[in-house]
Amino acid sequence: MATHFIVHDKADTVGVMVVENAQAGQELTGWIMETDETITLKALDAVPLGHKIALNDSKPGDTVLKYGHDVGRTVAAIGKGNHVHVHNMKTKRW
Amino acid sequence: MGPYQFFGYRRENGRVGIRNHVVILPLDDLSNAAVEAVANNIKGTLALPHAYGRLQFGEDLELHFRTLIGTGSNPNVAACVVIGIEPGWTGRIVDGIAKTGKPVAGFAIEGNGDITTIANASRKAREFVQWASEKQREECSIEDLFVSTKCGESDTTSGLASCPTVGNLIDKLDPLRATTCFGETSELTGAELVCASRAATKDVSERFMRVFHAYQEVIERHKTSDLSESQPTKGNIIGGLTTIEEKAFGNLQKIGKKAKFIDVLKPAEAPAKGPGLYYMDTSSAAAECVTLQAAAGFVVHLFPTGQGNVIGNPIEPVIKLTANPKTARTMSEHIDLDVSGILRREMTLDQAGDQLIEIMLRTCNGRLTCAEALGHREFVMTKLYQSA
Repeated sequence: MATHFIVHDKADTVGVMVVENAQAGQELTGWIMETDETITLKALDAVPLGHKIALNDSKPGDTVLKYGHDVGRTVAAIGKGNHVHVHNMKTKRW
Repeated sequence: MGPYQFFGYRRENGRVGIRNHVVILPLDDLSNAAVEAVANNIKGTLALPHAYGRLQFGEDLELHFRTLIGTGSNPNVAACVVIGIEPGWTGRIVDGIAKTGKPVAGFAIEGNGDITTIANASRKAREFVQWASEKQREECSIEDLFVSTKCGESDTTSGLASCPTVGNLIDKLDPLRATTCFGETSELTGAELVCASRAATKDVSERFMRVFHAYQEVIERHKTSDLSESQPTKGNIIGGLTTIEEKAFGNLQKIGKKAKFIDVLKPAEAPAKGPGLYYMDTSSAAAECVTLQAAAGFVVHLFPTGQGNVIGNPIEPVIKLTANPKTARTMSEHIDLDVSGILRREMTLDQAGDQLIEIMLRTCNGRLTCAEALGHREFVMTKLYQSA
């Protein structure tokens, strides 16, 4: 089965889309590299290639984890399956 | 000899180059016209015009000299002609390069004018280029190889696959005593403690953190925003990277999982502690970083890209790899190695690392990179602050 998104670490709150043209509402298959697990997720947005998809619900102020590390904070409510990018996530630095 | 060999040019000081350039090097911006005229007169030479060299002072001037002397001293350069507006600083560059034992000659414009200077320098360049053209390659080992890396126009596929492919190569070549280098100080922001933990000793770790904090102070002093669209760049953001922290963890994949860095280098400073992985304090702008690494003596460069940075360097060949299937398809003339198969789970990281070693050795043997074939020769000197 095609892998639609990849997750670096089991602890991560986001995955990365590795296919072009995924649609909102589509059932997606993901691969967690760290544990070699397969997971599934329903996309709420059409998330472009290389962009992040939320693996869980989060609220403003929550930490986004990728590579098992803190890579920024949520600045708007995010639902599992939403597109995560500059509109709902910011750096904690600078 | 280890498992990997290549054919390179062994220079007078024992260092090995993989290209055989005769460089026509300007001391300063004023000498660019003469340098380009000489390179036009004498075929097979390489002019390196740049924007600086006047009224610089202090550490910025030291960096200017270190970069120019290092560029001429790089083992990919067989011989060098230096042209400057006046003889004093021109001679300083010539004397620095001459320490390698390679042929080098300097020419000053004041009191002669461009036309006489160009004629004299062209005669010397003709002599050098014919001498260099008879140099032969000989069998060399990985221990002779100096490899630098820097990524550009990264996206999330860089952190998933193309940067880890470079890391896989570093982990394989480090035990074989290759000399390798990474940099990009601002682009470690968020991952700095993980990076510091990869230092070989506590002293190296502490020196890294001092350099890191000094760069943060520059950003804090000059910033007018959170740097979004500068670092990460607009291209990074289009590619799906959102924050500097996210970009930094992807960037750091380039040093692999095992190798420890053994020293902290100033910009353009040559490694002096023997084989191993070195960290260099550099800008994260591609052309500036690669120019500094080439000036430190690195002879081949590994450049993962996501969205398709097209950079080359006149001194060290830049090998580009991407894991972004769209970039591999739409910008194929720029991509030396496509590792997008990792994302489709058709290729393992280990296989990708082996393929990168293979294309690197072929490049060392003389195969032109995409950037070389396309004529990319971005020579961009780093300037630390205003001139006097």
